[in-house]
Amino acid sequence: MRSFLLRRLALTVPVVMGVVTLVFLFLHMIPGDPVEVLLGEQALQADREALRKELGLDRPLVVQYGVFVEGLFRGDFGKSIHQRRPVSELIRSRYPATLRLTAAAMLVSLLLALPAGVVSGLRPSTLLDHATMFGALLGVSMPNFWLGPLLILLFSIHLGLLPVSGSEGAQSIVLPALTLGCSMAAIVARMTRSSVLECLREDYVLTARAKGLSETAVVWKHVLRNALLPVVTVSGMQFGSLLAGSIIIETIFSWPGLGSLTVQAIQTRDYPLVQGCVLTIALSYTAVNFLMDLLYGWIDPRIRFDGSR
Amino acid sequence: MGAVSLRNVPAAFGAAVLVALVGAALAAPWLAPRPPDEIRLQDSLKGPCAAALLGADPLGRDVLSRLLYGARVSVVVAVATVAVSLFVGTLLGLLAGYYGGLVDEAVMRVVDVLLAFPGILLAIALTAVLGPSLRNVILALSLLGWVGYARIVRAQVMSVREREYVLAARSVGAGDAWIWRRHILPNVLAPVIVEATFGAAGAILGEAGLSFLGLGTQPPHPSWGSMLNEGRQFLFVAPHLTLAPGVAIMAVVLSLNFLGDALRDSLDVRRRGPS
Repeated sequence: MRSFLLRRLALTVPVVMGVVTLVFLFLHMIPGDPVEVLLGEQALQADREALRKELGLDRPLVVQYGVFVEGLFRGDFGKSIHQRRPVSELIRSRYPATLRLTAAAMLVSLLLALPAGVVSGLRPSTLLDHATMFGALLGVSMPNFWLGPLLILLFSIHLGLLPVSGSEGAQSIVLPALTLGCSMAAIVARMTRSSVLECLREDYVLTARAKGLSETAVVWKHVLRNALLPVVTVSGMQFGSLLAGSIIIETIFSWPGLGSLTVQAIQTRDYPLVQGCVLTIALSYTAVNFLMDLLYGWIDPRIRFDGSR
Repeated sequence: MGAVSLRNVPAAFGAAVLVALVGAALAAPWLAPRPPDEIRLQDSLKGPCAAALLGADPLGRDVLSRLLYGARVSVVVAVATVAVSLFVGTLLGLLAGYYGGLVDEAVMRVVDVLLAFPGILLAIALTAVLGPSLRNVILALSLLGWVGYARIVRAQVMSVREREYVLAARSVGAGDAWIWRRHILPNVLAPVIVEATFGAAGAILGEAGLSFLGLGTQPPHPSWGSMLNEGRQFLFVAPHLTLAPGVAIMAVVLSLNFLGDALRDSLDVRRRGPS
């Protein structure tokens, strides 16, 4: 397990370095003079110089990079231009709301997808299977920025059951979580179905049936335990999509998380804040992938010993 | 293939929708009842009726006309993004898979870094930094898009380059370019076509998402994503503003997914895991 961990770590470190470098370069990809873009053309010369100095743009690129990376080690993401507060403080105040939303979305999608996928896989080519798979295709094709307004229209405006937006009360998380979780549910349902179908063809299922196990025992002990393995990986990978999706969903539902902070930062051209948000999302995703890999190696020993994966 | 069966229905539906989409995009100036940015404040938020089949937006602009012109944006972004990513991805995948070693290492590390940004996060960040415009949307989506082609082509090339017929070709003195053209490219064609179909769907969704956030097509030019965003504020009084572009996006993306599935089955491409 230790060498597996080290191998995974060796793969992750360059990725993190690449992500940090790319995000660092954002400020330098702004066409023209970033200070002018940030402050507008009418800004006073003194203000420009002050901001240039604050952003460190008056120093050589290598030094700027060094300062940026060194700051990250101290948890210092720089300072927001408009809110005059440390970026890390803003992110910390918004992060829990996004995690709550993401976790709720994951729960919703697994609750929807696992039963649907398992039933489809066990009874392929039935009406139920076709209906589930069509629903899944619909879920993948439906943009979440359309699904959100539709759900608001149905549940908030016509039925009056749930709040339109905001984060007060336990009910307010239902619609954003449902909207965010829908496309993941579709992907997990498809994955679960094909995984169950595949497991049913395995020799150990034949053996289990041959030794006279009841169908229930075959399904629960032999099929599901194996079929759900790839689902774990897919769910981990989907965590990233949920984080990315939260950018749009939080904007629609005025959810006070990292996503709406990102959009707000983009709209006010607060680039240090944009950098901090993007970096936080990307690094969270990388960390979750790393942990999922370890988890996967732990529950499925075959992976650990197979150097090729 | 060829036989009419229930299995072909989704693909036929998909093909029909796509033909209609391209037709609408090309013929928008003739099909649209009014110019897409013609303001008629007296028609503000009018619901669908005989004069305006899909109603009017807050400025009294005709929704059907805007939808037709918006189709142009979707088609242009889909075609351009797929073309750029397919070219860059295939080339880099080919180089990485064929030469291996340092080239492969370099390409794959870049791929790893790009994949560390989930979904369209990087596209959002890039368009935010570069400034909102159609060109930057295509650029940002292509930067994410080429990765898929590169991985597919690389994997395929790595398995083909060790085959006996490639060895045979090389031993009789065939050059790299000849081997690529005759032995490698034909082998990667099918999976690349399938990827391009799904890639077009992704590009259309991506553009709509970016425009929804105000990072794509700029007003007054219509895009399905920005139409959805504008309609959001009037959900209660004018749901038609949200329904029309949403149905359009979904129909097109669903069609591309149907076609992609059908192509994958008929070209016998090994199933990939969900992306």
